[in-house]
Amino acid sequence: MKHILGVLVENRPGVLSKVSGLFSRRGFNIESLAVGITENPDISRMTIVVDGDDYTVEQVTKQLNKLIDVIKVANIGRESVIRELALIKVKATSATRNEIIEIANIFRANIVDISKNYLTIEITGDSEKIAALEDMLRDFGIKEMVRTGAIAIDRGSKMIKYDEDKEEK
Amino acid sequence: MKLKGAQVLIECLKEQGVDIIFGYPGGAVLPIYDALYDTKEITHILTAHEQGATHAADGYARATGKVGVVIVTSGPGATNTVTGIATAYMDSVPLVVFTGQVASSLIGRDSFQEVDITGITTPITKHNYIVKDAKELPHIIRQAFAIARSGRPGPVVVDIPKDIQTTLIEYQPASEDLYGGKLNNGLARKSSEAAEDESYAKELENSIQKAIVAIEECERPVIYAGGGVNISGANEELLAFAEKIKAPVSCSLMGMGAFPGTHPYYMGMVGMHGTRCSNYAFSKCDLLIAVGARFSDRVISDVKRFAPYAKIIHIDIDPAELGKNVETHVEICGDVKDVLRILNERVKERQENGWNDQIRQWKEEYPLKYTDNGKVNPQYVIETLYKLTEGDAIITTEVGQNQMWAAQFYKFKAPRTFISSGGLGTMGYGLGASIGAALGRPDKKVINIAGDGSFMMNSTELATVARYNIPIVQLVLNNRVLGMVRQWQDLFFEKRYSHSSFGNEVDFMKLAEAYGIKAMRIRKNDEAEGVLSKALAMNEPVVVECEVHPDEKVYPIVPAGAAIDELID
Repeated sequence: MKHILGVLVENRPGVLSKVSGLFSRRGFNIESLAVGITENPDISRMTIVVDGDDYTVEQVTKQLNKLIDVIKVANIGRESVIRELALIKVKATSATRNEIIEIANIFRANIVDISKNYLTIEITGDSEKIAALEDMLRDFGIKEMVRTGAIAIDRGSKMIKYDEDKEEK
Repeated sequence: MKLKGAQVLIECLKEQGVDIIFGYPGGAVLPIYDALYDTKEITHILTAHEQGATHAADGYARATGKVGVVIVTSGPGATNTVTGIATAYMDSVPLVVFTGQVASSLIGRDSFQEVDITGITTPITKHNYIVKDAKELPHIIRQAFAIARSGRPGPVVVDIPKDIQTTLIEYQPASEDLYGGKLNNGLARKSSEAAEDESYAKELENSIQKAIVAIEECERPVIYAGGGVNISGANEELLAFAEKIKAPVSCSLMGMGAFPGTHPYYMGMVGMHGTRCSNYAFSKCDLLIAVGARFSDRVISDVKRFAPYAKIIHIDIDPAELGKNVETHVEICGDVKDVLRILNERVKERQENGWNDQIRQWKEEYPLKYTDNGKVNPQYVIETLYKLTEGDAIITTEVGQNQMWAAQFYKFKAPRTFISSGGLGTMGYGLGASIGAALGRPDKKVINIAGDGSFMMNSTELATVARYNIPIVQLVLNNRVLGMVRQWQDLFFEKRYSHSSFGNEVDFMKLAEAYGIKAMRIRKNDEAEGVLSKALAMNEPVVVECEVHPDEKVYPIVPAGAAIDELID
């Protein structure tokens, strides 16, 4: 079972390796990990997709909380907004180009680069959507594909907070 | 006031009340050693090897409850501390290890004696730092000490590049330092949110109530005390608790001293080399109360058949331990001293019942035993040591049979009197640890119970013992084999003694003599009392060698994968 963890960490060198090292050394499986800065430049937010049962996720959460540079760990539900980004370079001749563009449009994906023999498509969505587009494009010949890990944010007023939020209010 | 980084380090150590450090100089810490040259308030103990320094700081920390401090140089100096740091990490010992690092401009270039020690020690430290901005140095040092000693203690590494040590920075004493908590880290940010405190209080109350109900409903309670009781100093609360609910007590190896070894409710150690009484009691009890213990595989063995009839109450300060190794019914997260105090106030006094009679019967029926084999029985020597010291000494151990016999046959009465590498099982730990313990507690006699294999691993530290004339007894149980390895080969590998035997190549009398240390020998059981009393009375270091039979074994033993009541002896 997949779980999505939102992890607020200090934005400083070495934190990523402390977090990723924890996963490998405790034998937890990371499906994906994405990290970037937050609205507060001192703090980064990681979105970690973990494959495991409830016991594993509880252990991951507790062990992450023990890291000094980890500020907060939250389990984000499947009903939250989850997005991945993929760039797909696909073979496109004059005969197939229009069909590919049409498929991309149906997925609300963007053509971000075009050349005589190739199209590069940018798509955002959850992993199922990206997999579906990949499936549709496969027969045309996918030459290169690159994708990010998932990032996720709760819907509505729910959010991952830490002390300083309180202080501001 | 502007000071060089190295001087700021010294000032910060003084702020923390550090009066002794263990270390070894080298290129990347020369500025720090230069600053130490003028420092009267701090004693520096020069060891023979950085591993010895780390074990000594660890022994000091365990014996005193204070933070142990180590200073070493970069590269090999730093890597030599790794085993010592891992040892401390596994047993929750507060250490701050300062490592020198090559100058900032040389980092990442495979410079001479450069090693990524923060990368190397990440899995074995509570936290680590590399100082990149000299201005942060004092705050990092203060945080390092705070992290090492708070909550579940542990080692912290602070890596200081050489140029940081010579940079002039503004130094303000901690009391005047407004920067304080602003060295942002998750520790500062995640602490003490009011809402969380309330929910913690609620959760605590809830689990305490559940625990009280479980205690009142049980018929056959058992207390399982671990190292957390010693760290927390909760031994008196534990004694009161056990006497109030009339529960027998077993200790893990790390829990030795948490409960008086002489108490009628004491059942001995539990687990792989536990007493039959302890292991039977765990297997038959209907309530198991784990206090500051972590259900190590050496205690639980086959997890599916561990305490099959028991509800488990687990009290620990580290939330990550709760529910980690066994399924628990009541989890209480908190300092065991506080939690036991609350339980003692609120739990109803129980009466003894048939269960207590059963425990007494097992205890009587299955005492620890050994048979005379013509040579010296190590168990007898340790019993004699107990008798002569009246249990009022600090015992450090190496790892293997010596360690198990020490835990089985010496009766520990107080926390911080049994100092042993439990989690990591580091051979070569005891000698270094005995140095730190003796320097930390000059009022106590310190005896290192060693095997010949472990003793040879780090016997170079005899140089340190001699240099500072530290009055420690090194009790070497010499069976000329790796006893525990041989025991397993004997029992489980058809007596194929693969590479586990030494010859007569080392003469321990002459080894001691080379360092100017007196040495004595025990050849037969009846020499033990005389030689030991003489050794204990000496106000100088001494090595006592016991001639032990190679087939001497640690019994009982639970074979790997068995349930803990399936003991062999």
